[in-house]
Amino acid sequence: AGRGRRRASGLTGVVVRPHSSRSAHLAPWVPVVGLEIHAQISSNSKLFSGSQVQFAAPPNSLVSFFDASLPGTLPVLNRRCVEAAVMTGLALNCSINKKSLFDRKHYFYADLPAGYQITQQRVPIAVNGSLSYSLCIDNKMSQMVTKTVRIKQIQLEQDSGKSLHDDTRSQTLVDLNRAGVGLMEVVMEPDMCCGEEAAAAVRELQLILQTLGSSQAVMAEGQLRVDANVSVHHPGEPYGVRTEVKNINSMRFLAKAIDYEIQRQIEELENGGTILNETRAFDSKLGCTVPMRDKEGQQDYRFMPEPNLPPLILYDAKSLPANMNHQQVINIDWIHERLPDLPSVKRKKLVEQYGILPEHSFTLLNEDGLAEFFESVVKQTQMKPKKVIGWILKDLLSYLKQHSLTVKESPVSSFLLADLLNLLEKKEISSTAAKQVLAELWKGEGKTPLEIVKEQKLELLQDQKELEQICQAVIDGHENEVMAIKAGNPKVLNKLIGLVQKKTQGRSNPVLVKQLLEKKLSG
Amino acid sequence: RDKPSAVCGVSAEARGCRGYRAGGGKVSVEVLDHLEHLALVDFRDAEGVERLQKAIQFADQLHEVNTNGVEPMDSVLEDRCLYLREDDVTEGNCTKELLENAREKVEEYFVAPPGNIPLPKLEERETFLQGSQ
Repeated sequence: AGRGRRRASGLTGVVVRPHSSRSAHLAPWVPVVGLEIHAQISSNSKLFSGSQVQFAAPPNSLVSFFDASLPGTLPVLNRRCVEAAVMTGLALNCSINKKSLFDRKHYFYADLPAGYQITQQRVPIAVNGSLSYSLCIDNKMSQMVTKTVRIKQIQLEQDSGKSLHDDTRSQTLVDLNRAGVGLMEVVMEPDMCCGEEAAAAVRELQLILQTLGSSQAVMAEGQLRVDANVSVHHPGEPYGVRTEVKNINSMRFLAKAIDYEIQRQIEELENGGTILNETRAFDSKLGCTVPMRDKEGQQDYRFMPEPNLPPLILYDAKSLPANMNHQQVINIDWIHERLPDLPSVKRKKLVEQYGILPEHSFTLLNEDGLAEFFESVVKQTQMKPKKVIGWILKDLLSYLKQHSLTVKESPVSSFLLADLLNLLEKKEISSTAAKQVLAELWKGEGKTPLEIVKEQKLELLQDQKELEQICQAVIDGHENEVMAIKAGNPKVLNKLIGLVQKKTQGRSNPVLVKQLLEKKLSG
Repeated sequence: RDKPSAVCGVSAEARGCRGYRAGGGKVSVEVLDHLEHLALVDFRDAEGVERLQKAIQFADQLHEVNTNGVEPMDSVLEDRCLYLREDDVTEGNCTKELLENAREKVEEYFVAPPGNIPLPKLEERETFLQGSQ
């Protein structure tokens, strides 16, 4: 049970001070977090059968005889699922096992009709990788630190069906549509120390999977499920007993559930209690973890080799067999050559190409479609990318968030925004006016920026003479302020600029106004 | 290296921790209870347990073969090619047929009892194993 005798040393993790009142002399706690992540493979059909993979279909409509475990049926491996696992393994810097094996994991549950799950327990398809992710220190985006978590392995396995518990009628309704869908289980070593780190690691994995296309990894649709293994110990002592936390349905709850469990264990131990090696479920309503029913006692899965499947053999350029049907051969090197740019590479390229800050690149990639939108605007405008990014991240993104819209749903297209920024860049409007135009564009009434500018009379005054006259009028009307400026209080100039702005109804270029006023006052 | 387990798939942990063989080729009550939980069998009487022990002893003859330095074989298929199927949808859409096998159904769902009902503990069960050595 638990972790055994491993000594914990050289930890990079957070240390939690004990918080009971009489604990001034107690040693601090080091939390340890490992993750088991199940990602549904993005494929047309299931791992071992030809039934369709689709979310929300009529119950039991996507089920073959094999999926229902009827006698006489056999598993037939889906090539696409193997490719997805190899891509993911390569992206996570794993060694791909050229020979991997399938096993049966036995347990009884209504949504597992065969009574066992086909998985890879002995020799999985990929091992010993790593994932780098970034965290903000103290919630400041400007201070990011990079961390790494080791990937123990990636294995191919079947998903189970879905159980709907009807407690009122004391029955369970079973839908096998999901039974047999291909999963990649990604096992992350316990290199993390808190909910924030775990959430950041999972978020990066999600982005990688989505970039590869090996999984759409949408947590809300059950395409990405995370189980956390949590324990605490004192520095220098062996790892503590770990609990497994399941039923975490969103990124938000992931950090909460883990942090709650860490605190629960610390409190339990500080009060002289012990931690049971058990499985707990996260209750999102109560914000706590509770012991899970149906998981009492240690499970004995009675692993055995899957007798119906020979070993899975993968090839590379060197070991490619000469006279085999291409369709039957998976070439690791071929897949490697065709991997797309991973998020970390994309971010680097954005920073190098556009001169934006690293934290900007994170935000761009964090929002689906935002990076492409940004690049599209940059292409269509003369404004420098360093200035464009402000409009994207501050104005556009905050509008989207306020109205819970995705980038794809934005009423302001990249074309319209570029058009607006061009007006600003050509100094035809002020930046305050630009914000007003954007608010109008947001209504999505089909007007162009230029039309809105004309409608609301937001053009900057181009007539220098008229501007000079207005400046002179303001100077003439405010003797006290003029004296204060000449006496050495330059800040008062801002008041005069403001008065000019008011007179011109915001249609004057503040920089130009300042220049004009300064010229007049120095004369 | 694990020697082939006479009782298919019983884990090394189960064998190690539970005192699998408590001297004289007898199987301990703990292991018998564990097997009853896992496989939902009922050993019913002394004769049933005796039959199990004889079966284990018979299978243990495998240990007389020296397998030092020999890679374990787990499938006669090990030299075969694992066939890879194209990712096409070719099956499914047979809800009616599948549900014909169901004793009970609710709107095209299979009906099952509410969750796993674990076998009660040894002390609370009416089984031959209770009170035996």
